[in-house]
Amino acid sequence: MDDIASNGMVTAYDAASDRLKAGPRGAKPRRRLSRRNIIVYGTLIVVSLYYLLPLYVMIVTSLKGMPEIRVGNIFAPPLEITFEPWVKAWAEACTGLNCDGLSRGFWNSVRITVPSVIISIAVASVNGYALANWRFKGADLFFTILIVGAFIPYQVMIYPIVIVLREMGVYGTLTGLVIVHTIFGMPILTLLFRNYFAGLPEELFKAARVDGAGFWTIYFRIMLPMSLPIFVVAMILQVTGIWNDFLFGVVFTRPEYYPMTVQLNNIVNSVQGVKEYNVNMAATILTGLVPLTVYFVSGRLFVRGIAAGAVKG
Amino acid sequence: MTSVSVRDLSLNFGAVTVLDKLNLDIDHGEFLVLLGSSGCGKSTLLNCIAGLLDVSDGQIFIHDRNVTWEEPKDRGIGMVFQSYALYPQMTVERNLSFGLQVAKVPQAEIDKRVKRAAEILQIQPLLKRKPSELSGGQRQRVAIGRALVRDVDVFLFDEPLSNLDAKLRSELRVEIKRLHQSLKNTMIYVTHDQIEALTLADRIAVMKSGVIQQLADPMTIYNAPENLFVAGFIGSPSMNFFRGEVEAREGRNFVRVDGVAFDVSAYPARTKLQPGQKVVLGVRPEHVKVDEPGAGDAHQAMVDIEEPMGADNLLWLTLAGQSMSVRLAGQRRYPPGSTVRLSFDMGVASIFDADSEKRL
Repeated sequence: MDDIASNGMVTAYDAASDRLKAGPRGAKPRRRLSRRNIIVYGTLIVVSLYYLLPLYVMIVTSLKGMPEIRVGNIFAPPLEITFEPWVKAWAEACTGLNCDGLSRGFWNSVRITVPSVIISIAVASVNGYALANWRFKGADLFFTILIVGAFIPYQVMIYPIVIVLREMGVYGTLTGLVIVHTIFGMPILTLLFRNYFAGLPEELFKAARVDGAGFWTIYFRIMLPMSLPIFVVAMILQVTGIWNDFLFGVVFTRPEYYPMTVQLNNIVNSVQGVKEYNVNMAATILTGLVPLTVYFVSGRLFVRGIAAGAVKG
Repeated sequence: MTSVSVRDLSLNFGAVTVLDKLNLDIDHGEFLVLLGSSGCGKSTLLNCIAGLLDVSDGQIFIHDRNVTWEEPKDRGIGMVFQSYALYPQMTVERNLSFGLQVAKVPQAEIDKRVKRAAEILQIQPLLKRKPSELSGGQRQRVAIGRALVRDVDVFLFDEPLSNLDAKLRSELRVEIKRLHQSLKNTMIYVTHDQIEALTLADRIAVMKSGVIQQLADPMTIYNAPENLFVAGFIGSPSMNFFRGEVEAREGRNFVRVDGVAFDVSAYPARTKLQPGQKVVLGVRPEHVKVDEPGAGDAHQAMVDIEEPMGADNLLWLTLAGQSMSVRLAGQRRYPPGSTVRLSFDMGVASIFDADSEKRL
């Protein structure tokens, strides 16, 4: 009796474990069109439409000729697609006496952004590394001052900076503007790097010191290879910030060095002649293209960097 | 010959004193364990010896050379960390050779040393792998290898086994002991695990709040703890303590605890016990005998809980109004509720002064 009962148990048990080993069976349960999903996706769709609509209007308008625009239906797709406004925006639009379009501003912006981004990130990452790992005397005070600096309104500092740049002999030059961008990027970037480096295991730093590595060896051979994600974040911040800057570009440079944003403003706000909406739209999109590309390209890199960092070595 | 010597070492973090005038001499080839619970300053002391923390006052000598203000790399030390601290972007081989490359050691010499370390630690098949592809035990082997290739006389271990599971821990423990026996260099080992301390050490320094409580070989620490803290810290389950008063009767000494009188005439006291003196009697669970035939001074107690552990059996009882534990060798069973007769071997007990907490 006992045997039979236990045998029965065993078979039942075997059947159950076979069933478990075989894994799940049948069709994958479908995600239902629940009320929650409808609300979530509905909201997302409405919000994205709200943000995409202006972009749509801009693109559509930039592809129309002026006669078509005068008809007044801004949402209608172009009947006759023309790239004329884009060419004009890039190469022919006039600001004051110059009639070489946005291209000059574009190259100015490149010449401002590239060195500013590289220098500010290089300096700030070393700052952050020193603050996080080499706790020198007064490190906390230094850091506090740096952070407080970030809260002083730009307007207060403009005139003093003009004087400083004039005394240095770089007022009105691209060099001067690069210096200003580098300095203004310091607080937030240093904070960013300091926090990231402080989050890395301290024992790695200690091990490297026992191994005899000095300040720069540890920075370049231990810290840098582990910090790709934060460098990408810093780059995104700086490229978009500096590319979109208007105030410093106007104040600290001469017209021939105006960055793209200032050039765009001058094209759009020029009061002579007819308002060429299609050219203005094309010029605006062209100006926004760089930060947009940075987001799209490095955004993916950024996520990959985060994912790689998550699987800790 | 002294290998590492710490003189009057003090360290303050702001207003907090972590180490206070600490002295320690470690002989050449000695395995010294710094033992204590977290926050007692043991890791801090090790970091000071390594040169990773600047001391506030005092000196550190390694091989009779004052290294107090020298860089870690110039002190002739190798260090192994709790979290392994392997460089994640480098292969095992590069992890081992990094320090040598920084020191500009010739490549042939680097290869030789890496090969030797890999052989000793049996990690040759792992040399081309990244740390993320290794198990915890393998990582810690590589970390030990990194200290090994430096060809130094002093090894510093900062809780090297704490991140490993129990089985690996005991395996690597044996391996570290074997390593010490074959290399014969000085090792300073920080841990909070008393088993590691007792099994590995030539001498143990038990630390509490930045002060060394007792510095002695493991058996002395176990048998004759210098004070109440050391007595309670070493041993698992910990020593049974009975707070009472010394009483002299008919030429014999007793410790009276809550109506129960323990005959402590056999206790080898350093200073004579004074009648009326407030003391703490400490008896290890393994030094209590149960139902011993012919034991003169026996006390009745009832078993509350029984914890059979295979090789031995742990009983929790109530005596003199307090809970105590007894470790029985073998598999003698006493179900809860049974009454037993306990006798104490006072020759191996400890008695502490209740006020100064020092051994009497």
